Amino acid sequence: MVTQCHLRLFVTGQTARSIKAVENLQRLCERYLPHGHEIEIVDVLQRPDLAEAEKVMATPTLIRKVPLPKRRIIGDLSDWSRVLSALGLERDEMSTQAADGTEV
Amino acid sequence: MVDTLPEAPLQGLKSLPKLSTGISGLDHVTEGGVPQGRTTLLCGTAGSAKTVLGCQFLASGIRDFDQNGVFVTFEEAPRDICRNMESFGWPIADWVDENRWAFVDGTAQPEHDIVETEDYDFGALIARLEHAIERVGASRIVMDSIGSVFSQFDDKNIVRRELHRIAIALRRIGVTSILTAEREAEHGTNSRYGVEEFVADNVVILRYHLEQEKRRRTIEILKFRGTTHGKGEFPFTIVPGSGISVLPLSAISLEQKSNEVRVTSGNVELDRMCGGGFFRDSIVLVSGATGTGKTLLTTEFIAGGASSGERCLLFGFEESRDQLFRNAKSWGRDFASLEEQGLIRVVCRYPEVCGLEDHTIAMQREIEDFKPARVAIDSLSALERASTAKGYREFVLSMTAFIKEKEIPGVFTATTPTLMGGASVTEAHISTITDSIILLRYVELYGQMHRALTVLKMRGSNHDREIHRFVIDGKGMRIAESFRNVIGILSGSPAYMPESELERMRSMFEERE
Repeated sequence: MVTQCHLRLFVTGQTARSIKAVENLQRLCERYLPHGHEIEIVDVLQRPDLAEAEKVMATPTLIRKVPLPKRRIIGDLSDWSRVLSALGLERDEMSTQAADGTEV
Repeated sequence: MVDTLPEAPLQGLKSLPKLSTGISGLDHVTEGGVPQGRTTLLCGTAGSAKTVLGCQFLASGIRDFDQNGVFVTFEEAPRDICRNMESFGWPIADWVDENRWAFVDGTAQPEHDIVETEDYDFGALIARLEHAIERVGASRIVMDSIGSVFSQFDDKNIVRRELHRIAIALRRIGVTSILTAEREAEHGTNSRYGVEEFVADNVVILRYHLEQEKRRRTIEILKFRGTTHGKGEFPFTIVPGSGISVLPLSAISLEQKSNEVRVTSGNVELDRMCGGGFFRDSIVLVSGATGTGKTLLTTEFIAGGASSGERCLLFGFEESRDQLFRNAKSWGRDFASLEEQGLIRVVCRYPEVCGLEDHTIAMQREIEDFKPARVAIDSLSALERASTAKGYREFVLSMTAFIKEKEIPGVFTATTPTLMGGASVTEAHISTITDSIILLRYVELYGQMHRALTVLKMRGSNHDREIHRFVIDGKGMRIAESFRNVIGILSGSPAYMPESELERMRSMFEERE
């Protein structure tokens, strides 16, 4: 089972908040989306046009572009349970993955 | 050593520069515009025209001063703003194409599920804003509105902190901005969420009063830190096709020059009573009960000007054009041919068709457009019906000042509520600022009605102090002899007085002198 997931994270420069959000996202994806995920980190200071296109206001903002519908999560992503439920990765799904032995 | 502090940085701080808003009347009220390079908080209840004022600030920047602008919207979608503002003649969509106007869309995105976790900032919004400012080279920014930002995010403390950061960023860039905020009531705290704390330098309040079942808009400059501004509430109106127009009532300075040139009243005998006609830059109030001849006096004034080649403007609020033309004809004055020659313009409107502020703007435009050498309003008191007492007082002051500024004579009529004697509200409002007052009265003597006319006041001139009888016929007003031995005409209870008694009275006053 391959979960195709495309995520885009908007951050502002190299602030502590940005670094924390990037780390959180990478760890979370490694653990819960072992295959078929794509992460894109956008620094709004470098690419304000991308922020404009997505009408992003706050940073960090994580946008789940695929699968649809789009989801937005605002914050540094430290509350994993809320992030997972927002991404549609419920706990029992996680346990199924663990039972498959693909990742623990 | 005490005098080691450098003095130079304090130089030039005295007068904070202001940026002209380009909004009619507002620059007068703000004494030059909004403080340049700063943020002004614009507060108002729902429907108080915050967005219109914001758009007009940017539109006139582009149109009149070649200054581009960025509109940050948190409430209405850019597409809707473009469409809503079209009726004011602002081609926003074209300006966007020409890179003179940029939108930063901060409206809530309904198709997305937003989940808020932990800590965040408005880094993306600030980056987009700076990007937009840079892209169009903006010097004017509008953010509309704060309340909508708060409704999009749960954590009010973060929003407050981040709005503060935006204000600092805008100040650093050096743009002049307007930030709108909702109020819950017309009076009391300035806005919800306590946002004044960080943009408290300048606060402007828009109000949308409901008084005696009539809506009335006002604008008040609550504070401009470090600079001066007009005090109090000023009425404003929204004119289709051009936007907000502020009436700078108390800001009008009484600096009208006074001159000695006389113009004809259109009636030879009245000219004589006034000591040679009206002064060219004077306002004459004609007061009388219904049917005493106010419209006739106005007609003669207009026709008198036109027959000596002057352009004359008549505002009628009681009778239709046809009626006025027919009246004039019955008094031997041909308005139709004078109008054909372009010498007169007669504008008739019902007082109730719009608010008094709208009448004021429309009348002032008419005057600016026609450039008359004399103006008459028949009657001023009919407009009382279209407004509250306060609004009416402001209107009278504003029209008087406006006409005086043009240095042209004006004749206003006022209808007294009672047939005999009496005064009207209008007199109380303008008697001190009018230069002349002419009273028209009914006089009942031995079962007959007569008409009487007297010049009550004629500033800076001698005038006939007697009360004259007059008749109206096919040639107009014919002023005859004075009521020599009648007393009590003005109080509405005339009575004859024997000649001997009259002589005695006269001698009494002569002795005093």
